[in-house]
Amino acid sequence: MIAKNKCRIQIVTCILATVFLIYGLWRGEGPVVLNKAINICLECIGLG
Amino acid sequence: MINMTKSIIKRKLIQLAAFGFTNSHITNFTKGSLYKGPWKQFCSPGLNCYSCPAAGLACPIGSLQAVSGSSEFQTSFYIWGFLLAVGVLLGRFVCGFLCPFGLFQELLYKIPFPKVKLWKGFRYIKYFILIFFVILLPVLVVNYMGIGKPAFCQYICPAGTLEGGIPLLSTHPELRKTIGSLFTLKMTILVLTILGCLSIYRFFCKTLCPLGAIYGLLNRISIYHLTVNTNECTNCKKCSHICKMDVNPLENPNSAECIRCGECAVVCPKHAINLGFKSSNKKNVDSLVLVETVQKAGLEKIVNKNIHSS
Repeated sequence: MIAKNKCRIQIVTCILATVFLIYGLWRGEGPVVLNKAINICLECIGLG
Repeated sequence: MINMTKSIIKRKLIQLAAFGFTNSHITNFTKGSLYKGPWKQFCSPGLNCYSCPAAGLACPIGSLQAVSGSSEFQTSFYIWGFLLAVGVLLGRFVCGFLCPFGLFQELLYKIPFPKVKLWKGFRYIKYFILIFFVILLPVLVVNYMGIGKPAFCQYICPAGTLEGGIPLLSTHPELRKTIGSLFTLKMTILVLTILGCLSIYRFFCKTLCPLGAIYGLLNRISIYHLTVNTNECTNCKKCSHICKMDVNPLENPNSAECIRCGECAVVCPKHAINLGFKSSNKKNVDSLVLVETVQKAGLEKIVNKNIHSS
């Protein structure tokens, strides 16, 4: 992969990641993650 | 030899520190409770079940499924943004240095047990698991309220069984009464994973881990990367022989399987391999510029020839 192209892809991916992060938090995904993480996940521990 | 030992010890210390940081609430094991603080809305970069009593952060794969399986959202921009950010910065450095389950597998491999080599085709299973169990099933298979289950966590993840299932079931007798066939399935997968890790280095990482699949795809463009100075390289193949992830750094320096452990760089007698954020190898950079210049000159020559002939 030519160095210039790789640099461009890195920059675009960083920008995309930032946009996704901010948009996801803005639309309220943080509380969904928190609610799942603070309660015992019965599926995760094998109890369905 | 001394350099290799130092490198291994340094990496183990970083792995232990990451394990400790990700699972800092050790006292919860005896209480059988989970940390319920605000830090749990943030993800750890490695695979670590959020139902582990000691976990202080959320699991990225579990969170991805939780959001996309919720009735409000079809996918999680927050978690994908997090994974892209970590992946483009570090790639599978996370697997090699920051993942608690990765450390667990490496310690298992040290136990004397017959060692075998993994058939390379099995490495594609993790991509199937990522697409089918992590991305599609939580969205497509929903109940009457529109809520999907975290299919990877429910049917496969051995980290959840080990870190969450066993500790919580041992401290909650009321939960033990609800043990059924699903728990049997998950325990079977855990036992098979442990047996696999005893004989194959990082068996779960190579074959089943969807998080490794995501970071591996980003290895090609990650800012933390591996470069090989082909001018210095003598093709002695010491790097590929020492690589426990079965990568040939000379052929494929940014392979999706490389966990950036750095052993190839340490063993190289000519110091031709570099790992880091910068392309610290000036000769490699200059050779890339030379290739680009020659390509441009070649294109100019073709264009000029066409102009003159017309």
